[in-house]
This record gives sequence, C-alpha cells and structure tokens, in this order.
Amino acid sequence: MIPGAFDYHSPSTLEEAVALLARHGDEAKILAGGQSLIPAMRFRLAAPEVLIDINRLEGLQYIREENGYLAIGGLTRESALEESPVVQQRYPLLADTARVIADPLVRNLATVGGNLAHADPANDHPATMLAYGASVVAQGPGGSRVLSIDDFFTDLFENALASDELLTEVRIPEPQPGSGGAYIKVERKVGDYAISAVAVQLRLHGEICSDVRIGLTNVSAVPFRATEAESCLEGKALSEEVLEAVGQAAAGQCDPSADLRGSVEYKRDLTRVLTQRAVTQAIARAKGGSQ
Amino acid sequence: MSRHEISLTVNGAEAKGEVEARLLLVHFLREDLDLTGTHIGCDTTSCGACTVILNGKAVKSCTVFAVQADGAEVETIEGVATEEGLHPLQEGFWEKHGLQCGYCTPGMILSAKHLLAKNPNPTEEEIRWGISGNLCRCTGYNKIVEAIQYAAEKLRNAETEEARQEVSA
Repeated sequence: MIPGAFDYHSPSTLEEAVALLARHGDEAKILAGGQSLIPAMRFRLAAPEVLIDINRLEGLQYIREENGYLAIGGLTRESALEESPVVQQRYPLLADTARVIADPLVRNLATVGGNLAHADPANDHPATMLAYGASVVAQGPGGSRVLSIDDFFTDLFENALASDELLTEVRIPEPQPGSGGAYIKVERKVGDYAISAVAVQLRLHGEICSDVRIGLTNVSAVPFRATEAESCLEGKALSEEVLEAVGQAAAGQCDPSADLRGSVEYKRDLTRVLTQRAVTQAIARAKGGSQ
Repeated sequence: MSRHEISLTVNGAEAKGEVEARLLLVHFLREDLDLTGTHIGCDTTSCGACTVILNGKAVKSCTVFAVQADGAEVETIEGVATEEGLHPLQEGFWEKHGLQCGYCTPGMILSAKHLLAKNPNPTEEEIRWGISGNLCRCTGYNKIVEAIQYAAEKLRNAETEEARQEVSA
C-alpha cells in the first residue's frame, strides 16, 4: 500500500517548523515517529498535502525533572521512557504504560508527543497523562503556551492545538509523598490496541485516598477521566464496598463500541475489573513508597 | 509532489537515490538497491518482517519514508554476515532450527541483533518481549528463542576471549 503524494519538509529549527505549519495550516501534518500517521496514510485514511518532518529538530528529546515536574520532550521516543531510570523509579504509572505501547520496534520510533497529539482514544498515553494531571506545552508563531491535559482532547483524533502550533513538551507533576499509580491494559496480543485499559494515580494519607485521578483507554470516542469512579474513592479508605463502587462507576461512565475486540457488555465489565485492579495496585505502590 | 536526493549508508556502503517523498524505506531497499532480503509481510506495521536497523535501532522499514533515512546508517540482513562467515545469530537460527519458511527470519535476526546489543545476556522472557514485534507463523517461537540464546552465548564467549587476549597482550 502506497501513501498518496505529498510535499515533504524537514526543518532544522523549531521556528522553521512552526512557520511551515503557519503557512500550510490544515493541509499540513507533523511527522514525528510516524507509527500512526504512516499506516493511516498507506490506508489512505489520511492524505495530507504537506508533511513537516520534525525528526531533525534538536533539543526535543529529553526526560528530566525540573521546577516540580517531569519534563518530557515532545519527540522523546517511547523506548527512551523504558530505559529512563527516573521514569522507572519515580513514575511507575508511566513506566507501566511505556512497556505496553504497541511493540518494541514501534516504540523505537513512536514519540510521547505524537501519541498524545494524535488524540486517538485507543492510544495509551492519553489515559496516563489524564491520570497524572499532566500539561502540554504548545509552540506557535507568537510563542508558547501551556495547556492542561484536561482541556487537550476535544474530539476523536482532535486536540486543542491551533493549526500553527506544535506540541513540544509534556509535563507531569512530580509525585508527592504517598503517591502511587498503575496502568493495567488487556490486549489480544502484543501490538494491538487495548480492549480496555485503566490508568490510576492517587495519594494516600494513612489509609485515606486523595487526589484520585483515573483515565480510561479505548472505551470512549474521546480520551476521558472516569470522574465518577474518582469520586467514589476520594477521601475514603479502600474497602471491598468502595472498590466495588469504583469499578461499577467506571463501567457505568465509559462508552465503548462493539468491535472485533468484544461486545459493549464485555468491555464495560472488563473496565470494571481493570479499574479495581489498577486502584489496588496504585494503593499498594503508594504504601510501598514507590510513588 | 516533492522528490528528494538522498544519500545514506547501507551495510557500510554508500547508497544514493532520488526518491519521491512518499517512497517507503522498505521499497527503496528492495527496489532501488535490490536488497530483497528485507521482506514485506503485512504492510500494516504489524508483523516486523521488514525490520532493519536504522541508526542503531531496530525499526519497521515499512513505516519510515526513505527520505527520512537521508544521512542515516541502515543495516539489513545482507549486512549481517561478515567475510569470516555467518553471524552468530545466523548460525544460531541454522543450528537450532529457528526457521521453517524463513519469511520472518531477516526481521527476527535484526530485532535480535538490536536486543543483544542492548542486553548481551537476556533472560528467556526478555528475549520473548524483545522479539514481540516480529510475528512467526511456523515455529511457535521456541526454536527462535533457542537460536537467540545460542547467539547470545557465543557472542559473550567471543567477547570474553577478546578481553582475555587483550589482557595477555
């Protein structure tokens, strides 16, 4: 399968990339890892007239803690998350996620920024970043601005970036004492999208849970937080009743479609079970002191 | 639409071409350079048959445009053997019967080569995760895992031997 023809640009500076975006507007697509875009182009599901390849931009691949958050350059490869000591030690929710995105070959090219900007509810980082309460930095012709992840996903494959803006950084708040998180995904096989997956991040004060955030993968048209499930756990200690209520709330709030991965009922029930497992795991990690 | 002059290193030799932007790296390798050892399996970024090593990392060459590889170093299955003979991975696939139809083999070997470069002493589980982007429909993977274990051991022994000789010299 051959993609449609397009004009290719490979800018060497961020300014040049943004200027190209401003010039070509909606006709242009950013080529980052290309692991979603190129397959879509081969299927002719996407036929951009212009591709702006940002792989030659310097300084967009980094993972570092600064100013109270973990800063991840937009072009950072997924495989770099797997190999990052700070991610492995302090951000278990992110470490869980990085291991289960697509397959190792795809992760060598796929980028964190691309995974988010593609705004595919089947992608894994949206749920993770929603659970972390992350923010993203967008660079446009007039400068940069910071967007909350809660406002980022606007529709299926649609995000809040303007047509002349580029996602340059993702920021995850540094974990506070007593934090814990987990991402649990069920997929038919390595490389497939999730049937359902659940990202949980929370804090423990003694036995009491706070700052509970739960993101769900591939059970809605737009990546979203299971806010009702969060409310069931917020301010409470974990008990069988609470865990049951959290799972039921997540199952009730999600909106999956039936497809080759399963029926609506199956996906809802799987979401219930995975939410319970992810909450249990997040709490265990919070108790174990590994954020 | 745009055409581009590209120049890259493939298996240690310089390769040049003038390519349409939409030409995929796998097609450039197979059709422009006649390196048909890189196979096209699924054409949907699923199977890993087209795996090559691009700037030190194993990637699916059906999901990279040739123009993106301008200036890059690419290694395909044709570059794995040396003048002294087969690479320990190729030898391992031979000795341990790591292939039947052979279609996935070039991709498997390049994925395994990248894996062993990162992790010279992988556990069986690490090998299985390491090749999880490469599909094989013949072997059930067990023989492939044994082939990679064989190569890992041989490469480690060769390295130890080299170090020993350096010390004695």
